[in-house]
Amino acid sequence: MNLSGWLLALIQTTLFVAAAPLFAAWVKALKSRLQNRRGPSLLQPYRDLHKLFHKEVMVAHTASPVFRAAPYIVFSAAILAAMVVPLVAARLPTAAIADVIVLVGFLALGRFFLALAGMDVGTSFGGMGASREMTVSSLAEPATLMAIFTLTMTAHSTNLSTVIAHNLETGLILRPSFLFAFMGLTLVALAETGRIPVDNPATHLELTMIHEAMILEYSGRHLALMEWAAQIKLMLYAVLILNIFLPWGIAADFAPGSLLLGLFAITAKLVILGAALALAETGLAKMRLFRVPQFLNLAFLLALLGMLSQVILEVGA
Amino acid sequence: MLALAELAVLAALGSSLLSLGASHSAAALRWGAFPLLGLTGLCAIVAGLGALMAPEPFTAQLPLGLPWLPWQLRLDALGGFFLALIGLIVTTVSVYGPGYVREFEHGQASLPVLGVFTGLFVAGMLLVVLADDAFMFMVSWELMSVSSYFLVAFQHEHAANRRAGFLYLLMAHIGGLSILLGYGVMAAFAGSFDFEAMREATLPTTWASIAFALAFFGFGMKAGLVPLHAWLPEAHPVAPSHISALMSGVMLKVAVYGFVRVSLDLVGAIQPAWGVIVLIVGSISALLGVLYALMQHDLKRLLAYHSVENIGIIFIGLGLTMVFLSTGHPLLGAVALVAALYHTLNHAVFKSLLFLGAGAVLQQAHERDMERMGGLARRMPWTGLFFLIGCISISALPPFNGFVSEWLTFQAALQTWALESGPLRTLIPIAAAMLALTGALAAACFVKVYGVAFLGQARSRPVRRAREAPLGMRIAQGTLALMCLLLGVFPTTLVHLLDGVGGQLLGTHLPQATARGWLWLTPVSPDTASYAAPVVLLGLILTWGLGSWILRRGERRAVHRCDPWDCGFAPPDARMQYTATAFSMPIRRIFQGLFIVREGVEPEAHTGEPRYQLQVRDRAWGLFYAPVAVVVRESARRITRIQTGNIRVYLGYTLATLLVLLWLIL
Repeated sequence: MNLSGWLLALIQTTLFVAAAPLFAAWVKALKSRLQNRRGPSLLQPYRDLHKLFHKEVMVAHTASPVFRAAPYIVFSAAILAAMVVPLVAARLPTAAIADVIVLVGFLALGRFFLALAGMDVGTSFGGMGASREMTVSSLAEPATLMAIFTLTMTAHSTNLSTVIAHNLETGLILRPSFLFAFMGLTLVALAETGRIPVDNPATHLELTMIHEAMILEYSGRHLALMEWAAQIKLMLYAVLILNIFLPWGIAADFAPGSLLLGLFAITAKLVILGAALALAETGLAKMRLFRVPQFLNLAFLLALLGMLSQVILEVGA
Repeated sequence: MLALAELAVLAALGSSLLSLGASHSAAALRWGAFPLLGLTGLCAIVAGLGALMAPEPFTAQLPLGLPWLPWQLRLDALGGFFLALIGLIVTTVSVYGPGYVREFEHGQASLPVLGVFTGLFVAGMLLVVLADDAFMFMVSWELMSVSSYFLVAFQHEHAANRRAGFLYLLMAHIGGLSILLGYGVMAAFAGSFDFEAMREATLPTTWASIAFALAFFGFGMKAGLVPLHAWLPEAHPVAPSHISALMSGVMLKVAVYGFVRVSLDLVGAIQPAWGVIVLIVGSISALLGVLYALMQHDLKRLLAYHSVENIGIIFIGLGLTMVFLSTGHPLLGAVALVAALYHTLNHAVFKSLLFLGAGAVLQQAHERDMERMGGLARRMPWTGLFFLIGCISISALPPFNGFVSEWLTFQAALQTWALESGPLRTLIPIAAAMLALTGALAAACFVKVYGVAFLGQARSRPVRRAREAPLGMRIAQGTLALMCLLLGVFPTTLVHLLDGVGGQLLGTHLPQATARGWLWLTPVSPDTASYAAPVVLLGLILTWGLGSWILRRGERRAVHRCDPWDCGFAPPDARMQYTATAFSMPIRRIFQGLFIVREGVEPEAHTGEPRYQLQVRDRAWGLFYAPVAVVVRESARRITRIQTGNIRVYLGYTLATLLVLLWLIL
């Protein structure tokens, strides 16, 4: 293994984790603008995190050790997931540690502990959030995997770098399977990251909340870690969709020029995707909770259609 | 190695004999029978590992059985793997047992019965794996089935347990009969009950399919595949918990062994259609198993339904193996076989761990209903920790063991592009989708289990008074929890061992599995996929450690404890917590077509107060069992007409039978 590759992977992961609050802030600021509000500055999430890290931690009497361990596990799982997704450069050595199924596994690990933490204190809000989160994710996860399988079957590999390299080589062919997988994955990403129309990230104390209900009891650094992990997850899905379906500009080698180009490309793509997300969130209304399964079934169906069109129509591709 | 395996069987029988003395003093069971069972387990582990690593099978003959058919023993890599698996669980159970049976020492239940039949049960399972002829196989199989019946019916003072025991016995015998007929078909063409002869015989496709179908039905019934699973959630939970661990963790695996032995080894050339059927049945079992499990709130029953799910996952792997082998892709077949066997071992480890944990809870809190548990993690910290590890493992989360085998199964399924046939290329991805859904639902189910039973506040007085389980029980659970971690973090070692099974059974090795060293698991090839579990664990520990070190720097005082905030409402009490039923309600609504749901508010029997009632039942009963029961009862009623109660008529029947038989012979 080359040392520079590992070093680059470390830098890329750090960049990923550090930039995640910025992306969330970008979506938030743009959304405020679209709704005729001034909105917070782009640095506000960093200020919030800084504030939370220095506040006292309050833990309920009824909390077990799981409650205190969960923020660290959730955060670690998010970082590991960020490590695997190519941001600026593909073909980094970290990509071989875990393939895309393991990536989904990392997200599931984080979610498992997030839901347990919600149940831990024994409040009804926590249980409610955990129940909804696990229901939503148990329908969303297979759709994610199906969408990803469609891509990996084309590339004959589940390694993300190989998939991206394959897509770069073959160029843009508008395959039906890709289109379906793209639509399916986008819907899933909205559900998994708790965005409108499935969950509203801007709300506390609403009976329909999902993510917020689980972290209600957290405070101080624990809350900071949970919030940060959620921001990483949002960015993760964004980068995953962008770099798999629109891989142009990503650095295939480690030359400074191509790395700079890769950085520029992903920044531009994220800015545009963030704008699209803000636009969608402004235009759409939140769904009733029991409509969410239909939404996710649609995502699953799209992903399955993608898979079927891949195996039936694109034989030998 | 075979001598060691025979010693294991003898030790199990010895443990059974020693338990006879337990009617006088319970010490005979605690200090005699259980250590001997431990010896059985250790011998089986060593013998099994030896056979796994040996290039050639070991064979021997026992001077027992029929005059012209002495019992043949054979220990090859496949048998060795299952022998080691049985040994592992039996060893931990023997450490767990002495603490657990203390509960029965002052009850009505008879300890000698427990000890005698446990020994016979273990001996039966070991002999099944060692058998090399159909006759010995069936004798050992029946020994296993019948002795476990007595363990299911151990606490027979409850009518429900007697009913479960009867159902179990009935189903075990229908299954056994089907297996026997399957062997009969193969023996007819081989001319002998010897497995060696069956291996060499070539069956016409029709007869081979019949033999396969009979074996699949029989072993599938024992393994608990949907729709033959109805006995499993009745029988497994009512046995004492360490026996539940043996039944769910090991006995189902013996059925898997039988199926692998017949379908991949004995019956000959595999047809693609068989693989497709196995794949479909496996997928349905996995999905329905986990959905039914989600609806349960009896902890042990829930775990039993999860066995149905995991057996389904194992059969998905086996179905893939058969599809790939029959279409001429031996390498991919070997990958799928390794995935199936890996999951077999994993399920044995984590399901036994969970049953032992449920047993510890049952012993300390006298409660199986999750709706009355809560807060056990703080009252039983060790059991809580080990149970959590079991939950993570069974939910297939990295870096624990359940994840590795599901990952391998996915890898095998994703090689579908290599197949020529269109329907197969469509079917396998759908099976993979079912597997993905199953995995996600299993995670939801175990969040429910752990969240409701172990977290939160205690919902009843006995649970509030629960204390940590005795040392032996904790050691047993700890060993299994450690195995969960090790099997998850060092998959290359086990895949390397399992490679021997594929090598002997299919003649195919996985040349690429560890091509990049022990750190990287690359089942098909390094370009296709790789997983470095040790690095993942290291990464998790590093980020966790670094994070908490940076954040807690300079802070010495303990965290501030306070009442839960709960949006500023009054501090919640135990009854305000989310219940297991509430937790799974959204999923019940989504999949409501699959259950029979009876929901309503009915007055209670004693007080007349209105109470919310909810019953969720399995559709399998109404669809498959009730019609059979009706037919049996109806035909029995018709047949009773010939019973007049008049002795002369009966003598007439006897004479007529005699004449017919004489006519047949002469």
